[in-house]
Amino acid sequence: MDRIPVLKIGAALLVTIQVDLHDSVAMALEEDLSNLIVKSGAKGVLIDISALEIVDSFIGRTLANIASVARLLDAETVVVGMRPAVAITLVELGLSLPGVRTALNAERGMALIQARLSDSYGEPGAAGF
Amino acid sequence: MRIRQLVRAAALQAGLSLVDQTKIITAASELARNTLDHGGGGDAEVQFLQEGVRKGVRIAFEDHGPGIPDIDRALQPGFTTGRGMGLGLGGARQLSNEFSISSEVGRGTRIVIARWK
Repeated sequence: MDRIPVLKIGAALLVTIQVDLHDSVAMALEEDLSNLIVKSGAKGVLIDISALEIVDSFIGRTLANIASVARLLDAETVVVGMRPAVAITLVELGLSLPGVRTALNAERGMALIQARLSDSYGEPGAAGF
Repeated sequence: MRIRQLVRAAALQAGLSLVDQTKIITAASELARNTLDHGGGGDAEVQFLQEGVRKGVRIAFEDHGPGIPDIDRALQPGFTTGRGMGLGLGGARQLSNEFSISSEVGRGTRIVIARWK
């Protein structure tokens, strides 16, 4: 079965979806990412969907599931690079991707994750215990 | 899913805008999944349409599955009997210019959607 490669960059995991996302591939990605978050202790997951020509309700739900699981594992998911036509279609489909943070591109998404990292380092008392 | 490529080709031939292409491919993707998950598989037919100067694309899905007892209810967002979110059927109607559905319990379901330029 095809699997989507996941790269680790600092405290973030980077996923670039470059193939048409089949259902089985999407489900494998959810599982792989959950395992990798735990193994690597990543605090953020960046998913680049700029190559996706469509996002239907199944793919949308997979993205929302990944974000929920990641949150339980203390990592934030940011979906980046959504095409304008995909955004318009998702709204018409009635799919609002609750709980999924988005950013316009990978650079801004990474900045969101970095901001969260520096926040948690700066928590009062974090160094005192 | 091969159906996506067929619909894209027909949508291009019909000269649909990028947004309209995306909408009809997404709608077809939803219905293809329904046909597989609920209908136990079936047939899909993709057609390029030309009526005078009007161009479009039409896709028909047919399965011989259990059928849909209450179509009005099935079209409501959030209604699902499977593991989905219940957006597929209503969403596909929302994304199409034409939508027709006929279903007979125990016999199967036929859904036809179209999008015009």
